[in-house]
Amino acid sequence: MRSRNLRRRKFLTLGATAAVAGHTISCSGSKSRWRFLTLDEAATLDAMCEQIIPGDQDPGAHRAGVVNFIDLQLTGFCKALRPSYRRGLAGVDQASRGMFGSRFVELAGAKQAAVLEAMETGQAPGEAWKDLPSKVFFSLVVSQTMQGFYGDPRHGGNREAVSWRMLRIPNPPVRGRLHYDLTQKG
Amino acid sequence: MALKHVNAIIVGAGAGGGIVAKELAEAGLRVVLLERGKWYTPFDCRKDDLRNQRTTVLGNAFGPDDERSPRVLVDAQGHPSVVRASQGGYQNNAACVGGGTFSYGAMAWRFMEKDFRMRSTYGPVPGSTLEDWPIRYQDLEPYYEKAEWEIGVSGDDSGNPFKAPRRKPLPMPPLPPNREYQILLPAAQRLGLHPFDIPMLRNSVPYNGRPACMRCRWCVGFACEVDAKCGTHNTVIPKALATGNCELRTEAVAKEILSDEHGRVTGVAYFNAEGRLEQQTADLVIVSCAAIESARLLLNSPSRLFPHGLGNRYDWVGRNLQGHTYSGAYGLFDFDVYDDVGPGAGIAVSDYNHGNPGLAGGGVLCNEFIRLPYQFVTAIPPSVPRWGKAHKDFMRKWYRRSMAVQGPTQEMPVFDSRVQVDPAVRDYWGIPVARLSGDKHPHTMEIANAMTGKAEQWLREAGAIQTWKKLPGRGLSGGQHQAGTCRMGDDPKTSVVDKLCRVHDVENLYVIDGSVHVTNGGFNPVLTIMAIAYYASANLVKTWRRGRV
Ligand SMILES: Cc1cc2nc3c(=O)[nH]c(=O)nc-3n(C[C@H](O)[C@H](O)[C@H](O)COP(=O)(O)OP(=O)(O)OC[C@H]3O[C@@H](n4cnc5c(N)ncnc54)[C@H](O)[C@@H]3O)c2cc1C
Ligand code: SF4
Repeated sequence: MRSRNLRRRKFLTLGATAAVAGHTISCSGSKSRWRFLTLDEAATLDAMCEQIIPGDQDPGAHRAGVVNFIDLQLTGFCKALRPSYRRGLAGVDQASRGMFGSRFVELAGAKQAAVLEAMETGQAPGEAWKDLPSKVFFSLVVSQTMQGFYGDPRHGGNREAVSWRMLRIPNPPVRGRLHYDLTQKG
Repeated sequence: MALKHVNAIIVGAGAGGGIVAKELAEAGLRVVLLERGKWYTPFDCRKDDLRNQRTTVLGNAFGPDDERSPRVLVDAQGHPSVVRASQGGYQNNAACVGGGTFSYGAMAWRFMEKDFRMRSTYGPVPGSTLEDWPIRYQDLEPYYEKAEWEIGVSGDDSGNPFKAPRRKPLPMPPLPPNREYQILLPAAQRLGLHPFDIPMLRNSVPYNGRPACMRCRWCVGFACEVDAKCGTHNTVIPKALATGNCELRTEAVAKEILSDEHGRVTGVAYFNAEGRLEQQTADLVIVSCAAIESARLLLNSPSRLFPHGLGNRYDWVGRNLQGHTYSGAYGLFDFDVYDDVGPGAGIAVSDYNHGNPGLAGGGVLCNEFIRLPYQFVTAIPPSVPRWGKAHKDFMRKWYRRSMAVQGPTQEMPVFDSRVQVDPAVRDYWGIPVARLSGDKHPHTMEIANAMTGKAEQWLREAGAIQTWKKLPGRGLSGGQHQAGTCRMGDDPKTSVVDKLCRVHDVENLYVIDGSVHVTNGGFNPVLTIMAIAYYASANLVKTWRRGRV
């Protein structure tokens, strides 16, 4: 019992350190509610994803929680992509500053789209793209945005199955399972 | 403690290996079946559209995992790079009990007579090792039938005048048609084609003690939660175990085949589930690891007589790696064609498998399995951007109004499309990994491109208001339909195994899986792999009984 408590306390301390670390990374100085991304990175990514799948009569990437999907995957299966996101999202702001003089999230929609087009064609300005071509990073974000929007909600995106509703496919998707008595031999 | 000597070790519990295990165990041989993956059941079924055996952006559901089993892929410029198991260039099939049959789409084709006689039919094709098989369709016919009845196939190919003769019909009727089928059927008939129901290793009615398909959206790439898909994991492997003669060891990774001074194999060295190196001895070794890993295992087993790997005296092991070049077309309709009734694929035409002027072969054309939303994201015509409002509009408007027709083009084998072992990279167990290199034959591309036109024509006749081609890339083939790396032939100088699947010059070593295919047909390969497994096992048992191994 005692040792269990001790272990728990240790875990709490470690958790607190991690939170502090997150705090120092975040430029705005406030604690990130994300697992890997800083608040600023998440805001940039969110704006980017929303350009890739914009909200209209149906929810877009923002309301579907695509950033939550990507952030969650960056702590699991896609861990290896962390450096790309860290550098790439910094690059998005470098490109937007270079092209329009302000941060990506502060730009109007059309200008955001222009930054992304420049990235897509490999013409975006910015230090970051020296080691990570903007094309490559943009393609990565497009793929993962599509995964987070059209993929199963269990992975942290597609909140309330918004995309599946948009496509008019029935949810829950496995039908009939209750109609089968699997204990009976056929 | 030494492991008890057995009669036969089979490496790989997939399509080929599962059948061999049952046939040998029923004949009374004591058998050990080694499988590097786990044994999943319907209870492990998770319909995860981002993590399955077909869409692997979040990993392979049924192995291998990304951490322990890398490969090396050499690109067209000759640059090698390490690839993870969930990446496309890896050319994965599966790693679990049942192998690919645990999660496959389950199309169950017999090859046609000409598919065994490609060289005689079309003559030599420059730059290709196109050749006849040393056996004919007639040799395999009884074993195709056995596979259809023992593993279980539904469908109806009586409307296909091009098929090779069969003695017995399929044991189960086809599933009722879905909407795509109903739209494509009259269109094919108007075009003068000969549409029919795709044979499928799937229960359409209760069969073999398992229930019928409940027609879900998630079939190809997924486990079946009602166990209606028929693979080796729920048919022959349980039967092999029930004999009491077969022991299945899972998470057992074969490292090397052991051999003696006289050129006979003596057993297999493998890592068990705890990661300990074990030596299992046996009278016979059967390699059934699928085309890439079977070649790798032979190459990783050099001996005094075979310094470059078992069976590799003439440098043919790992050569002629082939799969299928998938091509076809998409079509958009001004009405809903999607009815959410799985598995999706149901109708085919075999009119274009052979007899295409100027082309050395062709392939079957079928409607596609259900396209899950994420799979549809890239199924866009060239005029639609891949992101932004226009892309979203496309998805919303056309998801339920699109259809795909496509098929596996028979490939022209290429000697330099091959599996080697990498000199530097090793897997988690320290075993040198497979190194893949090569690309497709130009004529394969010509045939595949011609097929796209046929697919478009069918879709347009069916009422598509817009169609566009689905063109293949030039890169190496293999993947789910991997075959060819241990070619079957009469001449030891130009093949690896004889017509009974025995490795030339090694009396008691067999390769029984897709590796032995000389050519891979214009059809998905698994039923042929199964037929060969029954055929080779029957002969192996005869030889065994005569005391000749
Ligand atoms: C998603 C999907 C859909 C498919 N759809 C179809 C279809 O509709 N129709 C069709 O005909 N085919 C289909 N296939 C392909 C079919 O599954 C394969 O053709 C077939 O399984 C190949 O049989 P095999 O015996 O050569 O190898 P496999 O079935 O792959 O079996 C090889 C086994 O050997 C094991 N192994 C490998 N190396 C080692 C080692 N060193 N030690 C121990 N064990 C080892 C592997 O883990 C594996 O289980 C599909 C495959 C997939 C993945
Ligand atoms: S479509 Fe049928 S066979 Fe395929 S997984 Fe669903 S229930 Fe099983």
